[in-house]
Amino acid sequence: MTELKNKESEIIKQGKNDWETKSSKKSETRERFKNLSDIEIERLYTPNNVENLNYLNDLGFPGEYPYTRGAYPTMYRGQLWTMRQFAGFGTAEQTNNRYKFLIEHGQTGLSVAFSLHTIYGYEASDEKSLGEVGKEGVAIDTLKDMETLFDGIDLSKISTSMTINAPAAILLAMYIVVGEKQGYSPEKLRGTIQNDILKEYIAQKSWIFPPEPSMRLIIDSIEYCTKNVPQWYTISISGYHIREAGSTAVQELAFTLADGFAYVEAAIERGLNVDDFAHRLSFFFNAHNNFFEEICKYRAARRIWAKRMKNKYGAKKTESLRLRFHTQTAGVSLTAQEPENNMVRVTLQGLAAVLGGTQSLHTNSFDEALCLPTEKAVRIALRTQQIIAHESGVTDTVDPLAGSYYVEWLTNKMEEEAEIYFEKIKEFGGVIPAIKANFFQKEIANASYKFQREIEKKERIFVCVNKYKPKIHEQTEILKIDDKVASEQLENLKRVKIERNNEKVREALKKLKEAARGTENLMPFIIDAVREYASIGEIIAILKDVFGIYREDSIF
Amino acid sequence: MEKKRKIKVLVCKPGLDGHDRGAKVIARALRDAGMEVIYTGLHQTPDDIVNTIIQEDPDAILLSILSGAHNALCPAIMEKLKAKKINDVLVSVGGIIPEEDKKFLKELGLDGFYGPGTELKTIVEFVKNNLKR
Repeated sequence: MTELKNKESEIIKQGKNDWETKSSKKSETRERFKNLSDIEIERLYTPNNVENLNYLNDLGFPGEYPYTRGAYPTMYRGQLWTMRQFAGFGTAEQTNNRYKFLIEHGQTGLSVAFSLHTIYGYEASDEKSLGEVGKEGVAIDTLKDMETLFDGIDLSKISTSMTINAPAAILLAMYIVVGEKQGYSPEKLRGTIQNDILKEYIAQKSWIFPPEPSMRLIIDSIEYCTKNVPQWYTISISGYHIREAGSTAVQELAFTLADGFAYVEAAIERGLNVDDFAHRLSFFFNAHNNFFEEICKYRAARRIWAKRMKNKYGAKKTESLRLRFHTQTAGVSLTAQEPENNMVRVTLQGLAAVLGGTQSLHTNSFDEALCLPTEKAVRIALRTQQIIAHESGVTDTVDPLAGSYYVEWLTNKMEEEAEIYFEKIKEFGGVIPAIKANFFQKEIANASYKFQREIEKKERIFVCVNKYKPKIHEQTEILKIDDKVASEQLENLKRVKIERNNEKVREALKKLKEAARGTENLMPFIIDAVREYASIGEIIAILKDVFGIYREDSIF
Repeated sequence: MEKKRKIKVLVCKPGLDGHDRGAKVIARALRDAGMEVIYTGLHQTPDDIVNTIIQEDPDAILLSILSGAHNALCPAIMEKLKAKKINDVLVSVGGIIPEEDKKFLKELGLDGFYGPGTELKTIVEFVKNNLKR
């Protein structure tokens, strides 16, 4: 058998050489073909590129180790991905209306975008909040706003993803209390908090506290949910923002998984059993322009995760080995020039996510290089997913690209390149020391500058940006956030502070502060504080007193 | 006396916006073009920025805002500069600035307004050609 295989491989090699010499390299339009991770791509892939691939060990069956072919056995034949459009702007009431609109149009999950002042834990009235309230997401200060946000939406029937990091424990606490007020106990609630602080230091930059106390808060929420909110995904380990900040696909893959392993290690260190929490960890990746590179990234991610969870962390349950992920198409790939073309980009990116086996998807709206999406733009984005799901036929079979010499070669290559990064991170002593040494930050800054230079030298073509440039700029209708939002929010906050029992608020905050100084799990204390309508700003201020704040080196 | 000093540029991220990819890429391009570049880092209040300007005395200030907060942050910065009688510095804002806001910002004395898809050399040339001193 092996001898026969060797002989065949020899014949193919010879054949390919002959074929290549017949058609000279000079007839190609470029000297080299490289993907977005700078991996050089050959003209043709043959069985020789994947000759060491072992079907059962390296690919296996969908829903089985090592999960290369998919997280679940039936994939989209059993259940389509969740169509989850990230949305939030203005006041809680405005966003509540948008959610109802999306649900009416067939959306199956909610995804909350928060105002920057909420994300950083400032009150709307803080000078740091100037100009930001409700601009990039919905303004939330207290439980009252969360009650309005989910008014008329049954939390036992819908799952909610909240893009919130440093104050994630507080928003989770608020969601639990809103659920309670709707008459549901925490075990009925389904959803995710992003809760991934490591990628904030690496890329998105919405940190508050230094890494160590931030990790404590995250492990507190993981521990709390493991015991009390069993259907909750406790963290959404995110590569999306790493990619948006300018990383390559390989860097996105490697840095995200490295962060994931860091959370696993921290939870094990807390004394949790890996099989008790690992199945509630989820991932969030970007879908960028290079179609096959993205698909291979997702396939490699599943395989790397499964292998490490099994071999390094000793996970035994199938669910602990299975990497599940949400995908968002690449915001950075959208152009302000002829924005309607973005619909086409989004279609290709969404298709890559589906062919890579995503569990949920956000397709960007075509106008997002200009503003937050208008209702029309978001409807088209949602329809794009529905067309991929119901009309294209790509959901009929699981992992249809498997076995392609190119796809399998590139999946292997992405895994190898990620492993090189894992080694480098290990040399720093782990993710947090590597952050402190600015390793990730420099890698990303270098990659994004290189990418931009390649665009300017026309080594990469970006339609309407460096080629086929439009002569006239047509105006696109854009969504404007009324500046009245900030004053309305200030009024809301003022009213809550008058109506609540301030004595009880002080008491709850005092207890939280004492607990923060010790080592107890802070979740119950945070829940008590939000129930009394303590604001996010007040809770964060208390925690800053104890934990301190993070400062970044301003490298470029 | 002939002025040999390099053009000094301050690249700033006002407000809470964390989108710093563009600011960093531009900072590096200006440096590669031979300018002296200082990057403030993130989350700068108008006061922080004006204090840095007083300390560093740059020839140009490039503000990068993608969060939609430009209509609040830019006037605050410009007022404080005026109060300090700083009027010989080029102040520019870029990022995501809707067409209809540009007039208002221009009247405040801001310029530039470069958005997604701008070539780096355009920004380098803009700085070189619009200095006020």
